[in-house]
Amino acid sequence: MTDVSLVEARGLTKVYPPRGASAEFRAVDGIDFELRRGEAFGFLGPNGAGKSSTMRMISATSPVSGGTLRVLGMDTGTHGSRIRARIGVVPQDDCLDRELTVRENLHIYGRYFGLRRAVIRERTAELLDFAQLRDKADEQVEVLSGGMRRRLTIARSLINEPEILLLDEPTTGLDPQARHLLWDRLFRLKRQGVTLILTTHYMDEAEQLCDRLVVMDGGRIVARGAPRELIAAHATREVLELRFADQDTAAQKLRDRALTDLAGGRLEVLADRVVVYAADGESALAAVHAAGLTPLTALVRRATLEDVFLTLTGRSLID
Amino acid sequence: MWREFSYWLLQYRRTWRGTIVISMANPLLFLLGIGAGLGHLVDRHPPAAIAGVSYLAFFAPGMLAAAAMQTGFLESSGRVAMAAGATGSYRAATTTPLGPTQIMGGHLLFMAFRIATSSAAFVVVMLGFGLTDGWRAPVVLAGALLTGLAFAAPAAAWAVTLRQTRRINSVFRFVIIPMYLFSGTFFAVAELPRWLRPLSYLLPLYHGAQLCRTLSLGTATATGTAVHAGVLLAMALAGVAVARVTYRRRLHP
Repeated sequence: MTDVSLVEARGLTKVYPPRGASAEFRAVDGIDFELRRGEAFGFLGPNGAGKSSTMRMISATSPVSGGTLRVLGMDTGTHGSRIRARIGVVPQDDCLDRELTVRENLHIYGRYFGLRRAVIRERTAELLDFAQLRDKADEQVEVLSGGMRRRLTIARSLINEPEILLLDEPTTGLDPQARHLLWDRLFRLKRQGVTLILTTHYMDEAEQLCDRLVVMDGGRIVARGAPRELIAAHATREVLELRFADQDTAAQKLRDRALTDLAGGRLEVLADRVVVYAADGESALAAVHAAGLTPLTALVRRATLEDVFLTLTGRSLID
Repeated sequence: MWREFSYWLLQYRRTWRGTIVISMANPLLFLLGIGAGLGHLVDRHPPAAIAGVSYLAFFAPGMLAAAAMQTGFLESSGRVAMAAGATGSYRAATTTPLGPTQIMGGHLLFMAFRIATSSAAFVVVMLGFGLTDGWRAPVVLAGALLTGLAFAAPAAAWAVTLRQTRRINSVFRFVIIPMYLFSGTFFAVAELPRWLRPLSYLLPLYHGAQLCRTLSLGTATATGTAVHAGVLLAMALAGVAVARVTYRRRLHP
């Protein structure tokens, strides 16, 4: 089993038929990817890039419009139920029953999988520990915080001991502390050998969690690789971020002399700031000063996946 | 299908006491009020159409059918639309081995359970008033269940497609409630002006009320029962057939 690819997509396409006033929508436009056992694989991209549609197709809850998709060696169109029995899904909206208790939510979900009550009881105890919700077991979901609910949703998705766990935007809407707690839980799962597939529009999350990722934009894959590889290939080592009082004039001045003076740096002008990609941020900043420009703020930082996305599409990940 | 049914059953455990009280109290109050007030008035000059029985015995099975319709619609429409919403319970079930048809089937089973239990309470009250015979009670109950499902299944097929629940209220107000008045629930359709009668025959509740009434009073004929039950069964089956499609479209977009 080790060499079998867990998920294999060829020319995968999703087209939503026209509905009401909205026209036909091509959400995923012929993408290829392959997933190996035990890795953490990410789909990075802005809202509307086609990440969630791809996830729904992988979880066999949305029919494929074109191309092929095999999950655990089975076709999602013909073996949906058998695939769903062996994967775990953490949807973006938790879809917990807020009127039921934490324990009841786990119980009912286990029953959906046809697990026996004794098995569910045993796993519930383990999962409550894993999700650090033991004290809350008999509380109604209504009273839980957002972070606790998300951890419960993850615990719930593990009730069938899935081989693949799909997480759609797992930390969107959580505060930093809750995010780190969640990341820690996901690392544990990975160490236990669970294959993770996640979507995110947070570059730090993708860098932290993913072994490999694809960058999506407009339904297509625009880049793929390990986070460090992608940064090395599509961004410079350092990045200089500048803010100006009169950005348009400053950007024009920089453009005129960019390639010669900014140590080979490349410019990206965003709505609120100018980003300079340079091997050495400090000397690029010196060049900016030498050009007679005085930025309001200047920040030199390491390049991230955000910069990869910016370089590839000319747009920021979070609009 | 049983798995989805057991979800709704677990949900119901929180509120069942309240609903039992309501399912008993409602018919009790209705039959008391109508029997003592309106019934008294009608029975002094009984119209030909209900000759031979008290107004209460005539009215009760019609009301039973109408109540089954209302339970069927209310247990279906709003709850289905909520469950199919972004954070609804269908969403959680969809990520498990259950398919859309099983989710639909399980929920319909629960609706049938609710219609059957509330109708059973109604029939028990009718027995208490001596309005029907003990040995007829089971078939009257079956008639009420069929009436409820004739509304629950099409309502589910429609509600699962809704993004907002506002329209459900309009349908309740402008379709379900008027149906009470023109389906021979409170009076025989024969009392209506001649030109209005054919319209009544088109209303599904007319068939539900007639089915329950004839079974309850022991005046059922084979043909009549077959027609009334056939119309209701056709509606329920058509509802299920459409729901198979609409559930799949909504839950597996």
